[in-house]
Amino acid sequence: MLEIKHLEVEVNNRKILKDINLTIKKGEVHALFGPNGIGKTSLLNTIMGLSGYKITKGEIIFKGKKINDLSIDERARLGIGMLFQRPPVVRGVKMRQMVALASGKTLKDEHIEALAKELQMDEFLSRDVNLGFSGGEVKRAEVLQLLAQSPDLALLDEPESGVDIENISILGYALNRLLQKDLPIMERKRSALIITHTGHILKYVVADVGHIMLNGRIICTGHPEEILQDIKKFGYKECELCHR
Amino acid sequence: MSQVGFEKFIVPDEDEYKKIETIEELTEEDKESLAKAGIVPEDKDKAGNFVQMDQSVVYNKSFIDGVEILGIREALKKYDWLWDYYWKILEKDKDEYTQLSDQLPTDGYFIRVRKGVRPPFPIQSCLYLKKDNAIQSVHSIVIVEEGAHVMINSGCTLSNLVKEGVHIGISEFYVGKNAYLEFTMVHSWADEFITRPRTAIRVEEGGRFVSNYISLGPVKSIESYPTAYLVGKEASAYFNSILYAPPGSLLDVGGRIVFKAEKTKGEIISRTVSGGGKVIARGHLVGDAPKIKAHLECDGLIIKEGGIIHAVPELEGRNPDVEMSHEAAVGKIAEEEIEYLMARGISREEAISLIIRGFLDTSSMNLPPRTQLEVNMALKQLEEKGF
Ligand SMILES: Nc1ncnc2c1ncn2[C@@H]1O[C@H](COP(=O)(O)OP(=O)(O)OP(=O)(O)O)[C@@H](O)[C@H]1O
Ligand SMILES: [Mg+2]
Repeated sequence: MLEIKHLEVEVNNRKILKDINLTIKKGEVHALFGPNGIGKTSLLNTIMGLSGYKITKGEIIFKGKKINDLSIDERARLGIGMLFQRPPVVRGVKMRQMVALASGKTLKDEHIEALAKELQMDEFLSRDVNLGFSGGEVKRAEVLQLLAQSPDLALLDEPESGVDIENISILGYALNRLLQKDLPIMERKRSALIITHTGHILKYVVADVGHIMLNGRIICTGHPEEILQDIKKFGYKECELCHR
Repeated sequence: MSQVGFEKFIVPDEDEYKKIETIEELTEEDKESLAKAGIVPEDKDKAGNFVQMDQSVVYNKSFIDGVEILGIREALKKYDWLWDYYWKILEKDKDEYTQLSDQLPTDGYFIRVRKGVRPPFPIQSCLYLKKDNAIQSVHSIVIVEEGAHVMINSGCTLSNLVKEGVHIGISEFYVGKNAYLEFTMVHSWADEFITRPRTAIRVEEGGRFVSNYISLGPVKSIESYPTAYLVGKEASAYFNSILYAPPGSLLDVGGRIVFKAEKTKGEIISRTVSGGGKVIARGHLVGDAPKIKAHLECDGLIIKEGGIIHAVPELEGRNPDVEMSHEAAVGKIAEEEIEYLMARGISREEAISLIIRGFLDTSSMNLPPRTQLEVNMALKQLEEKGF
């Protein structure tokens, strides 16, 4: 599904990602850990194609196609979707409209309403996108748009941060549906890359592989639960020494 | 004699057109012109209707007891006391337009809503210029008496014949104790048209004035700077405007609120888009009494080369116990917003268009349905032209 090779990225002339190598297969869910400000969001933004993230080396291959030079919307239409860590307010654009657009205008009103209900967002459909939303509401709104978009690769940037326990389960349930977790493993076609600090979301959305990012590289890959336990026990300091 | 050169314009005769009995008697063409400014050419579900065509008041009718609608000339003849309201909160000698208005044959509307009367429907008032190359001079007075509530939809519009012309509109509004006046104005002008409204509002204790001002079509020059005087305790005034400046236009618009009594409240909110034209977005809040609350918000988007938006927010505190604030932001569309929409699979062009459309969204103004419809149509036209 996604293959990243020797990716080097600069932001404001500062090298943030130095040598990223990452492969996510069809149906796999990967978790990405790492301390604040290390470049996790930058990696997701680079995959999505947001401006300001300059690829100076390496390539990103999605569904067998090099996408380094594709525009954001081309990538989205190829099947990449993103849950933004801090999405902007889009004044005057209503959630209902946004959800319809995210679905490529395929969703009918009643479907939009049903989806919104599932995320307890039905009362937000007539509101401006993200305007005055609480932290948790922003995340639910993001997941709602992603459900409508139903991307093959979901880039989830801290889906659970600022979300209470009850709402994490709502989000988890919705994300599992997006990721076809109800199907047998063999039949799942969707993949995800989830950034999480706490790992709470992984209690609902089971990840297959975990990674730790440090110093512009992915320095450790393994079982997500075990990695998380290690981080909790030893902190990222120990990781720096590990270099498996 | 003046920067505009009024001499070249015709001054239409008073009583040139005959009065009509119902608004439906207007010709289809006239009805269409009215519709452009959000005026429904129907008497149904209206508290009253007023139409001035060039310099003739052709229609003035009220459908509710306690609501009076007359031409101002007729009203001044009927009520001697009305002279006390005429040129009372605006000065005759203020500028060349007020002077001219005083000299020219002038008509306009007189609307009085009696004490406690709260019509369930709006009053429509339409100032309609039919002739090309003409001056329309209007002087209007609205009196909303104690405890009365009323909505006025005012439309200023032109016939298809008009390419060039001048509209001078003097308006004096009196909002009584605990009264409410919501005044919605949609302008629909032409490329070479000049318009000079001069408006003042006096709001008494507990009274509330709301102004919604929308201009999305072509125009050469607008200069509008209404002033609200909050003279009674807890009076309030709100100015909302949504403006689009096409190439070659100059929109010098804003509002002023003078807080003269304690605990008065007011807000000026404007959103302007320059599609190549020049906008001067003014706002002036004068806090001259204790415990007042004043806020000014002025957002501008420049979407075409050559466009200019000059925001002039002014806060003038004249009392230590005031709470006054302003926010102003002018610039291009935030790249972050464009990219956010693109990440949902929307093309850059469509994303830009959605954001501009959203920026000019009027849903928070609670416009009357028909006005909203016309505004939506105007926005759609702009959108189709790529703004
Ligand atoms: N558009 C940008 N402009 C300037 N600096 C940026 C930009 N994007 C990222 N950076 C910088 O790059 C570094 C990595 O940021 P990034 O957002 O990728 O971190 P992160 O790992 O997601 O952190 P967190 O866990 O706090 O979200 C930070 O120092 C950040 O300030
Ligand atoms: Mg981040």
